Order: sequence, then C-alpha cells, then structure tokens
Amino acid sequence: MSHFHVVIIGGGGTGGALAHDLTLRGLKVTLVERGEVTSGTTGRHHGLLHSGARYAVKDKESAIECIEENTILRRIAPGTFEENDGLFVAVTDEDVAYSHSFIEGCGDCGIPAQRLTKEEALRLEPNLSEKTIMAVRIPDATMDAMRMPLRFFATAKKNGASVKPYTEVREILRQGNTVTGVKVVDHTSEKSYEIGADLVVNAAGPWCGKIADMVGVEVPIRPSPGVMVAVRGRWCNMVINRLNTSSDGDIVVPQRGLSVIGTSSWVVDDPDKLGLPSDHIQAMYDHGALMLPAIKDAPMRAAWSAARPLIGPRKADADTGRELSRTFKCFDHIDEGVEGFVTITGGKATTLRGMAEAAANVVCQKLGVDEPCRTRDVVLLPYTAYYA
Amino acid sequence: MAERKVELKVFRYKQGQTPHYDTYNVTVDENTTVLVALQDVRRDQDTSLILRHSCHHASCGTCGMRINGQEQLACVVKVLELGTPTVVVEPLQNAPLISDLVVDMAPFYDRYNTPEMPYIRASEFWPKTDLPDGIAQYTRYENCLECGLCVSACPVAGTDSEYLGPAAMAAAARVVAEPRDSDPEFALNWVDNEHGCWRCHVAYECTEVCPSDVNPGEAIMSLRGALTRRKFRRVFGLGK
Ligand SMILES: Cc1cc2nc3c(=O)[nH]c(=O)nc-3n(C[C@H](O)[C@H](O)[C@H](O)COP(=O)(O)OP(=O)(O)OC[C@H]3O[C@@H](n4cnc5c(N)ncnc54)[C@H](O)[C@@H]3O)c2cc1C
Ligand code: SF4
Ligand code: SF4
Ligand code: FES
Repeated sequence: MSHFHVVIIGGGGTGGALAHDLTLRGLKVTLVERGEVTSGTTGRHHGLLHSGARYAVKDKESAIECIEENTILRRIAPGTFEENDGLFVAVTDEDVAYSHSFIEGCGDCGIPAQRLTKEEALRLEPNLSEKTIMAVRIPDATMDAMRMPLRFFATAKKNGASVKPYTEVREILRQGNTVTGVKVVDHTSEKSYEIGADLVVNAAGPWCGKIADMVGVEVPIRPSPGVMVAVRGRWCNMVINRLNTSSDGDIVVPQRGLSVIGTSSWVVDDPDKLGLPSDHIQAMYDHGALMLPAIKDAPMRAAWSAARPLIGPRKADADTGRELSRTFKCFDHIDEGVEGFVTITGGKATTLRGMAEAAANVVCQKLGVDEPCRTRDVVLLPYTAYYA
Repeated sequence: MAERKVELKVFRYKQGQTPHYDTYNVTVDENTTVLVALQDVRRDQDTSLILRHSCHHASCGTCGMRINGQEQLACVVKVLELGTPTVVVEPLQNAPLISDLVVDMAPFYDRYNTPEMPYIRASEFWPKTDLPDGIAQYTRYENCLECGLCVSACPVAGTDSEYLGPAAMAAAARVVAEPRDSDPEFALNWVDNEHGCWRCHVAYECTEVCPSDVNPGEAIMSLRGALTRRKFRRVFGLGK
C-alpha cells in the first residue's frame, strides 16, 4: 500500500473511474465534486453505450476505443445495460452508398456489423420508416448515464476512496511550481478547508479549462453542447442510428418507456451557460422522425443541453464542434513547468475506464508507483452500493 | 420567446445553522424548468445553493423536491406552467436533510435493496417482433426512478420511521411479478409484517405523485393479495 495521496477534481464518469483505478493500485484517493456526483455532463448524456460504429469511417481511433471499452464494460458491469444492440438505418440512396465504407470501416475497427434487408430490419423494429432501404446491425446498447458510473464510485468507496460531493474547488494550492493540494468549500456547511495532495488530477470535463486557469496552465478544451429531447413512448427496442456521416438528430436511444433523440452541436465559452435553443428541439423531432415516424406525434417529456469536453483550440474560432476528434487526452502539465498536476479530458462516457487507465498510468509513473491496472477484470459493485 | 420574471422562494439549511427561506428573482421563458431556474440562481446569485440533479429528463430520479408543496421532479416542471408568481421550493420529506434541497437517500436504498431488485426487466414494447440473433429477449430498465417522491408524500412513512415505504414495496411486487434471479418468497416474507404492506392506508398518495407509472399503491395491494393466496394455499395444504 503506497501512502501517496491523490486528489481528483470532478465527480463525473471520468473522475469516478479514475478513483476506482487508483484505489485498486493502492493509492489514497479523495475525489471532490461541486454538486451531486454525475451532475455535470456525465448524467446528462445521451445514454448510448457506443459500439464505435458512429466513428468507424472518419475517426478509427475513437471507434476502436469504443468497441474495446464496450466489451469490457459489459463484462465488469453486468446488469447495467439494456443490451438490445443497435441498427444503422438507410433511408436515402446516399445512405445506402455510405453503407459500403461504413461496413468496411466497422470491419477495420473490429466492430461486428451485419447487413440487413429492409424486411429483416422492419421485423426487428416495426416502427422504422417505410422509407427504410436497408440497415446494419451493430453492438450498441443503452446505458443509464448515472447508474453505470455510480458503480465505479461505489466500488472505489468500498475500497477506501473518499468521495466528497457538494465540495467545490476554489483554489489550487502551490509551493513554487509544485501543486500541493486544493482549497475547497463544503457547501453543506459553507466551511472552507484545505486538502493536501502529492498530486492533483483535473477531471472536470468541460470545466477543466476553468480549473486549469486556477493553476495558470492551458488545456485545449472547448465546451461543445448538444440538445437532446426525450419523448414519451418506447418507439424502438434497439438503438436506431442514421446510416450516414454524423449529423444533427441522427440517433434515437430507447430507455425505459422513453425514446431519446440527439443531438446537435455548437460551441460555447462557459459550460454553465448552455441555453436550450428552441429550433434545436424541433430539429430533433424532425430528424428523429425520418427514421421513426411515430416520433413526430410523441409528447415531449424533456429537452435539455449538455456540454462535451472536446479537445481543440480553446479560443479558436471554429463554430461547430463536429470536426474535433472524440478521443481523449491526458496532459502532464510539467510540460508547462508545473509539477504535481495532471488533466484528463475529452473522450466519451463509454470510454471512461480507458481514460482512467491512461490517467492512472501517468499518475503512477509520476509518483513512482509500480502497480498494473486491474480495472479490465474487477467486476464492479451494484450502483445501489454507492448509497450504503 | 416570452421572458417573464418569477420569484423563487427556496428552503435553505446549512449544517449547524438555522433553516430559513431565501427569495430569488429569476427570469424564465416557456422552456425553463425549475431545475434550470435553480441552477441559474446558483450560477448568477448564490453559489452556496445546492440540489441534486443528473439526467435532466426524468430518468435518474435525483431531482425530486416539493414544488409549491407537491412532490415533483424539478427537471420536468416548467416554471411558467405552475402559474404562480412565487414558486416555493422545498426538500423531500421523510428523508434525513443534508443541506438546502439535498436529502440523504441512504435509508431509501437500505430498504429498496433488500428484495434484491434486478434493474433490468423484459421489454413489453412491440412484443411481436423478431429478435436479433443471440438476443433472447429485448430488455429495458425498470420503471422506478428511485426518486423518493412517493416516500415523501406517504403519510405512513411520516409517522412510522420503520415503514418499508411505497417504492421498496413496489420493487418487491416487481420481484413477485417477474422474479428473474431473485426470490419472490423472500420478497413476500419481507413485506409481511406491521411495517410492511399491512400498514398501508391505501389512499394512494404515492401513486398520485409517482412520475414514472409505477403505481406503488396498487403494487402494495397486489402484495396483500399474493400473501392472502399463499396463506390459503398453506391452510388448505395445497402446497406452498
Ligand atoms: C449532448 C451529448 C451527448 C453525449 N452522448 C454520449 C453518449 O451517448 N455516450 C457516450 O459514451 N458519451 C456521450 N457523451 C460524452 C460524455 O457525456 C462525456 O464525454 C462524459 O460524460 C464526460 O465525463 P467527465 O467525467 O469527463 O466530465 P463531467 O461529467 O462533466 O464531470 C466533470 C465534473 O467536474 C465538476 N466540477 C467542475 N468544476 C468543479 C470545481 N471547481 N470543483 C469541483 N468539481 C467541479 C462538475 O460539476 C462535473 O460534475 C455525450 C456528450 C454530450 C454533450
Ligand atoms: S397508499 Fe400506502 S404507501 Fe401509498 S402513500 Fe398511502 S399509505 Fe403510503
Ligand atoms: S415508485 Fe415512483 S415515486 Fe416512488 S421512487 Fe419509484 S419512481 Fe419515484
Ligand atoms: S435530473 Fe434526473 S430525474 Fe430530474
């Protein structure tokens, strides 16, 4: 057991998975989150356990990460997913033309892809549009955006990690060029206190630029929100994707008795100020209905925005977030002359474990801890154990 | 988009201090939910205000609170649809208060966990379809969001601190209806006592506030029915 103490800032899926990984490697871990855990982007995402197929043509690195993590998560978190697979559906000739590079891309990335005729697809999903021409089956699944990561938090806590919700980082403590801890306020009492650390990890998702500002280092992150719309009625059992390049409203994820349509994409400066453009809500209905026409008349249950932590130039002037890679990055800020401070960002909820492994490798290497990653095999506790 | 000014009167409590209400003026439009209005307060007016939230679409169950006295999920209640110039926001009842709108869900999950509730059920939607090769049945998450609204609204939970409560008993009823790998006999035994299904007043306040079609009141009645049938079978020696 090493006596190094690591403080993780941010209680999203990334922070939770990192707490789990580092705890298994024998480190002492404190995770601080300003709100409830998963109250940032994590709880609010679309709920898709990606097969990687969405990225198989243009972003193979992401696609391979996804299919690997998809397989691992089903193994270490059994009973957390609606495991009904997914379809990519072609409704135009252009979609059909795309299907060739799509199936080839899936093959390159190790994603099982099965071509289906219109009739086969409609027998699996009777509400698909009559305009469906063909479809491809891939191993997508529905994930509960909160309860899946809660299993990492639960297991980390059981193994000794200290998880502190409602605890906001206000200042990063430094001695010279070395980060030595954080100053936090506990919002249940409004009392401030300091937590010393051998190393601090910034896992604040789209807020990680704000945390980096506290240290005076640069993280090339752009908060890129998207709108999602949940409608009443479960109009499909499988995840339904549009068989074409990524665009607005091209995925419908069924979940419980709802169908969730997403998403759009733009770029903002402040992850706390996303707004909810009405035209995006309408666009979700319109695009979703191209694949599942019944969506057009389904009553809305909720519409909301969430911000991706996309890697890219922080203050550049691109006006859409789509061209940035979905893959994740781990920054050791020693590059900028700051010791004891690491940022892990980007990625997807599907790749939380892989992101944590990469960050934990950097952390352990910096602290001189020689322990292998075990998170590929350790089966996680049920999410309810988080509240025990 | 028509913007309007509304007053939020919010219950406040910090550990070691006296509870009180704070009033905030907020600008909302027709899309603004109570949850988003509270987040705006937190961002622009008072960083000390805390509340639970995660999914923003009535799925995670964390944002339960009392809005104008009624248990609701803040993420799906539009401020303007409430129609009152002042909106009163308070934490759930019958759960230990941590701070502001945050309550401790540990006692809820203590009970909820007991009948070994599987979270995945068979999907009853579109039952007459083919299934993809290798998938034995379409599945989906259970209806219950574990939000605790029903427990907050339940008068018996307010007077009997050991009452198992509507959500946990609805979960037990689900195990009886569709056991999967759990033991329905265990679930029945668990509710068969004076803090269980026989304690319920059957006024269905729980069902009234449930945001996810669980109908705990009816579920408790079904448990009583199952226990009564079991008793008769035993009395008349018709096996278990
Ligand atoms: C619209 C949309 C749809 C998506 N859909 C999917 C999908 O279907 N499948 C998928 O796999 N991925 C999806 N993603 C991506 C995924 O949601 C994110 O990549 C992932 O949730 C990021 O997790 P995180 O832990 O890095 O960040 P977050 O979850 O944002 O966690 C960061 C945390 O840091 C906290 N924090 C910030 N400042 C402070 C401070 N000063 N002190 C303490 N804590 C602080 C925040 O409160 C927050 O909880 C989607 C993203 C978006 C935007
Ligand atoms: S019906 Fe029973 S469980 Fe429901 S609120 Fe009334 S007393 Fe409580
Ligand atoms: S039964 Fe309904 S009200 Fe009660 S916890 Fe479950 S979803 Fe919430
Ligand atoms: S935030 Fe998840 S139910 Fe309201």
